[in-house]
Amino acid sequence: MSLKNQAAAVGIAELKPWKEPPPDATPLSLMARLAAEAIADAGLSKRDIDGFLVGMPTADPGFIYPASAAEVLGINPRMLNVVDIGGASPAGMIWRAAAAIQAGMCSAVLCIVADLNRMGDQKVPVISVQREFEAPYGNIGANCGYAMIAHRHMYEYGTTARQMAKVAVDQRKNALKNPLAAFGDKALTIDDVLNSRMIVDPLHLFEIVSPCSGGSAVIIASPEVAKRTKNTPVWLLGAGEYSNHSSITYAPSLTESPIKPAADTAFKMAGVERTDVDLVCPYDCYTITVLVTLEDAGFCKKGQGGPFAAEHDLSYAGDFPCNTHGGQLSFGQPGLGGGMSHVVEGIRQLMGRGEGRQVKDAALAYVNGNGGIMSEQVSLIFERRS
Amino acid sequence: MSDYIKPLPKPSPTSRPYWEAARRHELQLQHCGGCGGYIYYPRPRCPHCMSDNLKWERVSGRGKLYSYTIVRRASTRSFADAPYVLAIVELDEGPRLTTNLIAAQEQLKIGMPVTVHFDDVTPEHTLVKFKPA
Repeated sequence: MSLKNQAAAVGIAELKPWKEPPPDATPLSLMARLAAEAIADAGLSKRDIDGFLVGMPTADPGFIYPASAAEVLGINPRMLNVVDIGGASPAGMIWRAAAAIQAGMCSAVLCIVADLNRMGDQKVPVISVQREFEAPYGNIGANCGYAMIAHRHMYEYGTTARQMAKVAVDQRKNALKNPLAAFGDKALTIDDVLNSRMIVDPLHLFEIVSPCSGGSAVIIASPEVAKRTKNTPVWLLGAGEYSNHSSITYAPSLTESPIKPAADTAFKMAGVERTDVDLVCPYDCYTITVLVTLEDAGFCKKGQGGPFAAEHDLSYAGDFPCNTHGGQLSFGQPGLGGGMSHVVEGIRQLMGRGEGRQVKDAALAYVNGNGGIMSEQVSLIFERRS
Repeated sequence: MSDYIKPLPKPSPTSRPYWEAARRHELQLQHCGGCGGYIYYPRPRCPHCMSDNLKWERVSGRGKLYSYTIVRRASTRSFADAPYVLAIVELDEGPRLTTNLIAAQEQLKIGMPVTVHFDDVTPEHTLVKFKPA
């Protein structure tokens, strides 16, 4: 049993993130627009959608959420669920959709996320153990955990601030070619990044995602449905998921993440090598996240993410195209739409719809979704068949 | 009444002995009779071997700085008095914990020895912080 070639991405929709929430929007109004656009993009009709995976919006959360959201959209699913694994939720939806299709439970799954950023002051975490053992010491939100990962990585491997900053710089090059990027209007230099305000040592402002509003949707379909869609189907070749902690303090290691088993599972299922991959879309809430992902997913040796980023051109035209949409760092993080942006970009490139940033002859993409503080990991491998 | 505005721990039935010990300025951890490991944070069963044979033991309060950050801009108003040092300390007994390090910024060095420092933040609440040994 394997998910290899059991389902394909056939339609996508993505909103340009708003830096300020649009006044008349709600998460459900954004989802309604995204659902219509994704279904039209695939060349399907609403009646074809018989699976529904949705992210819980922070701006309008609810209990028993999927049926109420599906009702608003007028969708009658044979399988419905909230996927709640943080930033890995969108990537997690993709293989769950494929698994439901493989099991014969449904044939076209709408995977959808939308949110408005009205967070302002970060709330004390709702998880009781984090309220009790993290919040009193000021470990609230994600910044601190990633800063401590970065410090430890610098300590263990000699990673430098300039190497980390290079990730933000190269991804910005990509964003300049992405009309949907919220931060895609001005090039960045390494010095720009290092001169931006220090927020949590050693991470500067331009190394940290900006919360935005927006959303995106992907339709995953059976081989039968894929035959009658209008896009080039992008097949799921491999998937893997793993988690071994929630708070980074209790992780087995700060610098060796659960990405390794997730990626190993995905590559084994896909039956391809790292060197076969044409582009990567690693979740990038912070610059350090990308370095750790490239290491643990096996694209470079452990600890060598910094030199790897420094020595390779991560732009769409470079020798190692990485987050060709700009990553969340430049695209913006519209809630879970941040994590979906990596999935959408991988699919978009393989469909040959990368426009000014198209990776030449892209046929194989690696996508990683990351939740919490390197906690939940989902690796996906997509292929366009020639 | 205290004017302390930061979040305070609300002990659970599982963790109450930990916080009561901290009030007495003692660092106590659960010690597992099944596998011999020390446990932090307090758990209903040993997360290593699932044994329920857990006993509270006083531990050394010594450890090493595993990693840290200087929070210059906090993401919540209750920590508007930033900068502060958020740290992960690895205790000599094994477990790591999230804490604050009471130290000058230029002193901070990953791997440095640290020792427990009990901070009575309100008359009812003591937080477990660390300082250079």
